[in-house]
Amino acid sequence: MNTYLAAFLVGGLICALGQVLVDTTRFTQGHILSAFTVAGGILAGLGLYKPLIDFAGAGATLPISSFGNALAQGAINEAKRTGFMGLLSGMFELTSSGIAAAIVFSFLIALFFDPRS
Amino acid sequence: MPQDKPLNTSRVKLTQKQYQQLVSERQPKVPVLKRALRAFVSGGLICTFGQFLLETYMDVFGMTRDLASSATTATIILIGGLLTGLGYFDKIAAFAGAGVAVPVTGFANSMVSSAMEYKREGLIYGIGSHLFGLAGSVIVYGVVTAFVVGLIVSLVS
Repeated sequence: MNTYLAAFLVGGLICALGQVLVDTTRFTQGHILSAFTVAGGILAGLGLYKPLIDFAGAGATLPISSFGNALAQGAINEAKRTGFMGLLSGMFELTSSGIAAAIVFSFLIALFFDPRS
Repeated sequence: MPQDKPLNTSRVKLTQKQYQQLVSERQPKVPVLKRALRAFVSGGLICTFGQFLLETYMDVFGMTRDLASSATTATIILIGGLLTGLGYFDKIAAFAGAGVAVPVTGFANSMVSSAMEYKREGLIYGIGSHLFGLAGSVIVYGVVTAFVVGLIVSLVS
């Protein structure tokens, strides 16, 4: 399948699932973000998230579930190489660029812009 | 409070149950399907744009897939953060809902809006200590999950 179409469908479905959960349960968007991150981590452990990324590309790497997957995948990979200590030292290996970018950009933006309300 | 104790209002007496029924009748029904469709399309479009960035970073800038994927995430974070700073994010989110909240745009939005909200309390006690609002929850539960999952996978294999 065309990767653009796969990215659209998979990314869209993950977001739609989040919206349905917000509208039909007591979960708020905040709960959903944490729940999807946890779900991504569990799917990583089951070896299911990587095939999803191979299939859908950015459709699987941009939703927040990807963050949980990357944390778990980093821990698992490093633990395989160096033993249990790798769970800690490998945890942020794959996500460090995302977290660093989020901290630097958010800080600078918050510094330069004021809330409009 | 006991379920059927009458509520004490001046003119009408309603039991708790009747009151709740009345409230749920008057509440606007959430158009679940419509909102799910909006989230689907907007979330899908963000990911399609992300896919375009990913392939551009690989083909035009010669990055490896992993590096291009990190760069794509960083770019989308920057866009989500800027839209929040400029005040457009909430307007888009009113339409798109989870469509912009679930992708990393939502992660960036939560950080920027939290930091801006507390800005007047200063650089340290305001921006610095409130940068991770809801994003802090995501990191906490993500890391704890990853540790437990990683431990189980290591023990099993």
